[in-house]
Amino acid sequence: MNDIPVNLKAMIEARGLTKVYKMGTTEVRALNGVSLDVFQSEMVSVIGQSGSGKSTLLSILGALDLPTSGSYKLDGREVATMRDDELAALRNQRIGFVFQKFNLLARSTALANVELPLTYAGVPSRQSRKRAAETLTLVGLGDRLDHKPNELSGGQQQRVAIARALVNNPSIILADEPTGNLDSRTGEEILELFHKLHEEQKITLIVVTHDPKIAAQCQRVIKLRDGVVVPDDDTRPLMTYEALRNATLSEHSDSH
Amino acid sequence: MRPFQNIRIAIEALRANKLRSALTMLGIIIGVGSVVSLLSVGNGAQESILAQINGIGTNLVTVVPGVLTLNTSRPPAAGSIGAGARPLTDADARAIEERVSNISGVAPEFTANGTTITFKRTNILAAARAVTPDYLMVRNQTIGEGRWIESSDMSTAARVVVLGADAAESLFGELSPIGERIKVANVPFTVIGVLNRVGGGFTGNPDQSVYVPLTAGYRSLFGSRAAYRGDNRVSVIYISALNNDELETVAEEVTTVLRSEHRLKIDDEDDFTVLTQEQFLSIAGAITGILTIFLGAIAGISLLVGGIGIMNISLVSVTERTKEIGLRKAVGAKRRTILIQFLVETVTLSVIGGFAGIFLGWMVATLISATGVLQATVTPNSVALAVGFSFMVGLFFGIYPASRAAALQPIEALRYE
Ligand SMILES: Nc1ncnc2c1ncn2[C@@H]1O[C@H](COP(=O)(O)OP(=O)(O)OP(=O)(O)O)[C@@H](O)[C@H]1O
Ligand SMILES: [Mg+2]
Repeated sequence: MNDIPVNLKAMIEARGLTKVYKMGTTEVRALNGVSLDVFQSEMVSVIGQSGSGKSTLLSILGALDLPTSGSYKLDGREVATMRDDELAALRNQRIGFVFQKFNLLARSTALANVELPLTYAGVPSRQSRKRAAETLTLVGLGDRLDHKPNELSGGQQQRVAIARALVNNPSIILADEPTGNLDSRTGEEILELFHKLHEEQKITLIVVTHDPKIAAQCQRVIKLRDGVVVPDDDTRPLMTYEALRNATLSEHSDSH
Repeated sequence: MRPFQNIRIAIEALRANKLRSALTMLGIIIGVGSVVSLLSVGNGAQESILAQINGIGTNLVTVVPGVLTLNTSRPPAAGSIGAGARPLTDADARAIEERVSNISGVAPEFTANGTTITFKRTNILAAARAVTPDYLMVRNQTIGEGRWIESSDMSTAARVVVLGADAAESLFGELSPIGERIKVANVPFTVIGVLNRVGGGFTGNPDQSVYVPLTAGYRSLFGSRAAYRGDNRVSVIYISALNNDELETVAEEVTTVLRSEHRLKIDDEDDFTVLTQEQFLSIAGAITGILTIFLGAIAGISLLVGGIGIMNISLVSVTERTKEIGLRKAVGAKRRTILIQFLVETVTLSVIGGFAGIFLGWMVATLISATGVLQATVTPNSVALAVGFSFMVGLFFGIYPASRAAALQPIEALRYE
């Protein structure tokens, strides 16, 4: 039990995040003051009705977009005020993002797709090829390295996308409805993969989902409504350090 | 990020989308190819015209009767200009020979265009040119076979004739004409020589001509047609200056001599025109300049068409590429990295397409040259122009959308429709 490292420092600290889209004269407040903490090695789901701001929140947490106001710290560093290049480095080194629509380069092989973050990290080609192949093997696609996206099933494409998110050993993986484009059986397989990564590699995971079953499998659920976090009776409340520690420890011992 | 890595990414992106790369390259190939070939035609035309002018004879001063203004006139076809004006005469030619310094020869010519030349049963039409022995040197021509007109032929007004290359060929074919008797406007003449081919010229086609001694022409062919106030008319007088530096002085002296011969008063206009080779060149320059502008305009249109081709491909792929850029940024590409990737892509396409285009243009030029119409020459200037332009088009339509996409937040680029 002691060999499970639990770092209780909050990995993600978001305070009062807002995102306002201006559409001509009207304004859309996609996020209206979201504060939340996510701890290392947590597996959190974000739920909420369509249009409640889930994707917007996840994009900001993934440094793919900047909040209109508020503070977002990842590993203690303020992201909301970072320059373009710093954001790029952050996305490259610390964050893995999985999209609902996979977003693979259509004309490149699975291997080339997974290599991409390594190439931008400056990893030499032979090494990056090796690591990409290893990561694809980890997600169960060791025999599909040279397939292009259109030669893969939806589930396999999402595995490639997950491998791409994983390949640079990020601190956190963010997934926006990763099973939304998949049938339920394939969706479960993807979720199993997430569980495996979470348990074996202690990866921190935030999963946006519509599916209550998926939400139920996470340690914690954050519910959004109209751009704010709602403490819901059905979901566990935002935990204190103490509660989280107990929960995390007990879950880990449960699963062993 | 090492530079090598950038190139690798760009080459991979090009290879991943072969069709798009090929179509973009096609635009460049067409643009560069058409500019290179069209300008080569323009250049070839210019060179061949200049070569013909130089072929008229070096250091040549030409005098034609009547007033000829450079802007409005055609190039002088001997004998056809200033028909109503005071003609030039062989006395004028003699005066020039005696009184103008620094000249190596004076060659008057009386021309009867469209003269019937008969050998046995073969008739051809050719210009009959009555000339003096100096003519050969002054007009920069050479004897291919037999001999040229000599002073003795002049003094005896011998009925001998030298044939231009084409005239000889159409009358005699492969046979040697030397010593044969032909009829020039029904008057029998003996062939004494054949000239080497010189190619079409500004003063009528010298190859499709026959040459007789000036005196024989007056006595046997032209008769009263050539008479003028006790002298004989000439159609044109060619004077060859000793060297190029003397050309202008010679032209001036010729003018002075002819004015006094023609008894012109101080404020009378010249009733003849003195042309130097420089002036021929400037006339030709004006003509070929228009030709080059015209061809340049056509080439410009092809460049535009090629450019629009590139633009189409680029615009069609902007959505796709914007998403690609969004994705690349999402996994950590910096803005600069994206721009370098697109720059390398553009440069690669331009260089390969440019070389292919030059090759295509060169092939077209070679084909045109092979037809023998003119010698199309590819010049470095046209190559630089074509490649430069295509590069700019590729740069603008490839890099501009890319730089806009690269400035977006990745999530916006990924959402781009
Ligand atoms: N780029 C944009 N421009 C304008 N409005 C936007 C933009 N992106 C999102 N919105 C608005 O912000 C709100 C939140 O959108 P968001 O995509 O975060 O919702 P969501 O919770 O992910 O919904 P879904 O479950 O359907 O994916 C919506 O009202 C949406 O219309
Ligand atoms: Mg969404």
